[in-house]
Amino acid sequence: MNTASPLDSAVLRADFPYLEELAGGRPLAYLDSASSTQKPRQVLDRMRAFYEHEYANVHRGVYRLAERATEGYESARHTVATFVNAPSEREVIFTRSTTEAINLVAYAWGLQHLGPGDTVLITELEHHANFVPWQFIASRTGAAFRHIPIDDAGELQLDALDGLARDNSIKVVGVGLVSNSLGTINPVEQIAAWAHEQGAIIVVDAAQAAPHRSIDVQALGCDFLALSSHKLCGPTGIGALWGRRELLEEMAPFNLGGEMIRSVGLDKTTFNELPYKFEAGTPAIAEAVGFGAAIDYITGIGLSAIEEHEHELTRYAMARLDELDWVRVFGPPLERRAGIVSFEVAGVHPHDVAQILDWEGVAVRAGHHCTQPLMTRLGVAATTRASFYVYSIAEEVDRLVAGLHKVKESLG
Amino acid sequence: MSEFEQMYREVILDHYKMPRNHGILDPNDAVAEGQNPLCGDEVTVSVRFGEGDIIESVGFEGRGCAISQAATSMLTDLVKGRSAQEIAVMRKEELLDEIGIPLSPVRLKCALLGMGVLKVALHRSRGTPLPEEWGTSSGEISVN
Ligand SMILES: Cc1ncc(COP(=O)(O)O)c(C=O)c1O
Repeated sequence: MNTASPLDSAVLRADFPYLEELAGGRPLAYLDSASSTQKPRQVLDRMRAFYEHEYANVHRGVYRLAERATEGYESARHTVATFVNAPSEREVIFTRSTTEAINLVAYAWGLQHLGPGDTVLITELEHHANFVPWQFIASRTGAAFRHIPIDDAGELQLDALDGLARDNSIKVVGVGLVSNSLGTINPVEQIAAWAHEQGAIIVVDAAQAAPHRSIDVQALGCDFLALSSHKLCGPTGIGALWGRRELLEEMAPFNLGGEMIRSVGLDKTTFNELPYKFEAGTPAIAEAVGFGAAIDYITGIGLSAIEEHEHELTRYAMARLDELDWVRVFGPPLERRAGIVSFEVAGVHPHDVAQILDWEGVAVRAGHHCTQPLMTRLGVAATTRASFYVYSIAEEVDRLVAGLHKVKESLG
Repeated sequence: MSEFEQMYREVILDHYKMPRNHGILDPNDAVAEGQNPLCGDEVTVSVRFGEGDIIESVGFEGRGCAISQAATSMLTDLVKGRSAQEIAVMRKEELLDEIGIPLSPVRLKCALLGMGVLKVALHRSRGTPLPEEWGTSSGEISVN
């Protein structure tokens, strides 16, 4: 391949210890970054240093070590706030993950604001994380649960919006910025403006977008936005929710316990200020610090460089797969697609495809990718998915294609 | 033997490409369907009994990976002529021995899907015990 990538993968690859593990003389071709990314030394080293030199529980300690720990934790919050262009750090709540962040909104906002006659609107390609919590809260509150349909290319059919809004009942819209199954980049700004015209709030799942393109909650015009650290080179067990301050202020807490209170009495408990009202208990401290280090790492590379790098790889992968008439690629055209390629090998189940690719040293994901309604819409039980990140290279796409030929020879 | 030949043994490919006892019996005495949430394998199994709850014929349909479909096909051959009560407590090792390939925990779920579904069918029509992992109620969400 000959493309002008603005990002030097060869240099970056030296940051990733997983590539030092060789099988048959070659490192793994890890093409499952949409599921979770590998970790660079910078993040691992930062977490280790934190545990070795700065670790104590946060917020309550008077001694200097606890102060340093708190500083590490709070500076990670600052990093996240800057990363998503939040107007205030107080609007950034650490959660366990995107999943927990969305559950927080669904429970804390949803139970308070939804009822019979209201409608919750999500999309047909939503990840279960931004689907099932809303379905559950809708059923608990008696609200209706509807979806924005997609077309055959996996793009949202925005011309269906006005029909959905006919009875003026939409109170919340849940939409992913990038589809984890198809890579579709959804027009969230447009949907946010429309949602606000309906008097609804909009909750954006940015788990799959934040690692790959710069996020600006103010430009998006959303009300809540969720992301996970492990998808952008950081550790598992930590994610964040950004929410508009007025909404967060009037919401009841989600988890209750220590840390989220101002005062507790036998007859009355007062909640803490933002963001602590939503952070009950001891948080994932070192993980938050690692999350911050991961954001520093990827912003150091540059989000637009990452986006362009993945765009070129995706272009290359789609062209190579296009040569195989027994492979069908799902999803939108390259221009509106992030670094994700979902496909089907004629006559071979994705699980068997992934199994054989693994023996060729190529790791891909096979399954419904937590988007069963989407799979139903596409008329398949599952797909095989290759996805890219900063350490991905064109040679790995070649290895994928060579592996697919083996799949075809043996099972096709 | 290559890894491929170990897992996708001749007999597995044979059952996958030419499944035995394929199709849902009509009429039938028992039927159940199930999915493997990990990879979206689907299997429906139907049974007709002879005298004394003996499984006289069994038929299945499904879609999914080679392991799930071949294993269900092999299972149908194994259970014919045996009683519902016996099959309800059939050990998974019996089927796994028949399949005879090394399976990771994930692929094990594929291989055992058909057996779980068959046991559910038997449970429904003959009240035999459910396999443990199918017995727990998971609840559901319904919306309007
Ligand atoms: C689009 C999307 N939303 C939500 C999630 C859930 O993220 P997590 O598992 O970190 O909560 C994922 C990842 O699995 C995803 O790709």
